[in-house]
Amino acid sequence: MRLRERLSKLAGMKLLRGTKLSGELERLQDQLDRLQAEPSEEEIWRSVELARHQDRPYTLDYVERILDDFFELHGDRGRADDRAIVTGLGKLGERTIVLVGHQKGRDLKERTKRNFGMAYPEGYRKAMRAMALAERHGFPLVTMVDTPGAYPGVAAEQHGQGGAIARSQAAMVRLSVPTVTCVIGEGGSGGAVAIAVADRVLMQEHAIYSVISPEGCAAILWRDAGEARKAAAAFKPDAAHCLELGVIDAVVPEPEGGAHTDPNAAAELLEAGILGALEEIDALEPDERRRRRREKYRVMGILSTA
Amino acid sequence: MSSPDSGGVDVSVETKKTTDAAPAKSHPNTCPGCGSHYRDGELAQTLRVCSQCGHHFPVGARERIEQLADPGSFSEEDAELRSADPLGFFDLRPYTERLAEAEIATGLGDAIVCGSATIEDEGCRLSVMDFAFMGGSMGSVVGEKFARACDSASEGGVPLVSVSASGGARMQEGILALMQLPKTVCAIEELHDSGGALLSILTHPTTGGVLASFASLGDVVLAEPGALMSFAGPRVVAQTTREKLPADFGLAESNLRFGHVDGIVPRGELRPTIARLLRLFKEN
Repeated sequence: MRLRERLSKLAGMKLLRGTKLSGELERLQDQLDRLQAEPSEEEIWRSVELARHQDRPYTLDYVERILDDFFELHGDRGRADDRAIVTGLGKLGERTIVLVGHQKGRDLKERTKRNFGMAYPEGYRKAMRAMALAERHGFPLVTMVDTPGAYPGVAAEQHGQGGAIARSQAAMVRLSVPTVTCVIGEGGSGGAVAIAVADRVLMQEHAIYSVISPEGCAAILWRDAGEARKAAAAFKPDAAHCLELGVIDAVVPEPEGGAHTDPNAAAELLEAGILGALEEIDALEPDERRRRRREKYRVMGILSTA
Repeated sequence: MSSPDSGGVDVSVETKKTTDAAPAKSHPNTCPGCGSHYRDGELAQTLRVCSQCGHHFPVGARERIEQLADPGSFSEEDAELRSADPLGFFDLRPYTERLAEAEIATGLGDAIVCGSATIEDEGCRLSVMDFAFMGGSMGSVVGEKFARACDSASEGGVPLVSVSASGGARMQEGILALMQLPKTVCAIEELHDSGGALLSILTHPTTGGVLASFASLGDVVLAEPGALMSFAGPRVVAQTTREKLPADFGLAESNLRFGHVDGIVPRGELRPTIARLLRLFKEN
């Protein structure tokens, strides 16, 4: 299959980036080989489970391992501080970057505080404020995506959820600084893409990125949320398929068994992925970077003619 | 007001009491607002607005273009584009079968019709969605045609008038459907960079991915009376949050109150209103 060949080429070039730090070429080669085979229904569902695993590292787990001197920024300057999205400044290697990421909670109290990683419009407005700050000072923007979706509540609608998601994407499209996104868990629909329109979009090996949750899709198309497994197999939210469809630029390998089995190793691999991606886009002129980013999104989709 | 520990966002909800009017599904020519029944043809004469109570019935893309554009001025573009089936998607039925059925039922290639037109002699590009084609869902074709309409408006030096009606992204195209959000957003940014304008008209319903992308990014955003415009639909909100929904949940009227639209325009005033805006956006 033509697409499949393209995948192996892409995967072959980009995955090896992790080797610089980890030095475990052989293990990465195994993962690469695994990616090249079409993922089965079981493998796709395993990614869904791993992406949502209760011990999976969240944004702040990576922040403390990857960034030095992280300084969190709070609030949208209008109304609230939505804790489902964290923003801040930190050092990635030698340089200051701006970080924006969804944040889930590990215990019940933290989960409630973080609203299970489901942001209100206030969260996206906080993100936009951080993006504007990055642009103002020429700091690269790094975003981490991990959300079941934007919060579907009455207050969220009254505060303008749809418009906030649209404007957050527009803000990312306008930036001239380098931007890198990594989907580190659940990339749930509009709530995810709101902070994921970047020069380079990475995805961890067992993360998922989808237009709707498997349960939501099953409830609508199969009229039975219990058919989530079938739905996931049909709409293919796994990293290999996202790479194949040209939606992401590279897959970041995870430790054997998933990121939660060794968060330190997962963070090293993620850091290598982000640094590698930044290296690719750093040298471009700001206008050229923005032009290429737009061009990348403008060609997404598959069409035929009557 | 919320407690200080509720997650940082004030989640208190403003409610406004309106009368409960949700009658059971009835004949498409029967008004859900007041129960008046119309013969075929009668509704077309009133722009599909109930002459008794003012309820706005749905309007298909072709009929909408007839309502808005000067007679004979519309020239369609990109009519040949069709959806592919990138995932080989199969739920209870194959996606290709649903597409073929929708094309036969509506006579449209997909859920959007685009082209050039004049409205009261003012030139523009028109991009009009049709809810009857798979719930107006946005897949690769809707995204591509909208993006090309932005380019075409920019090249022609005229504003783009977008009329949306959509349930959101098209699940059958998976992640590629979600990517149509940033795609249309990029196209609008290019249009704006070239000095072009976007007038966005939201009709019932405009929800999900279309509201979360191009429909919300108009220089001017207008809605028809009673149009549902919410990111999450009322059923999803009720089921996931168990919150009690206000009677005007997500409606154009509530969105106007909260500052998300510039105005609500009854269908009969839409054509002159758009023409007025086209004149205002004309280069000096």
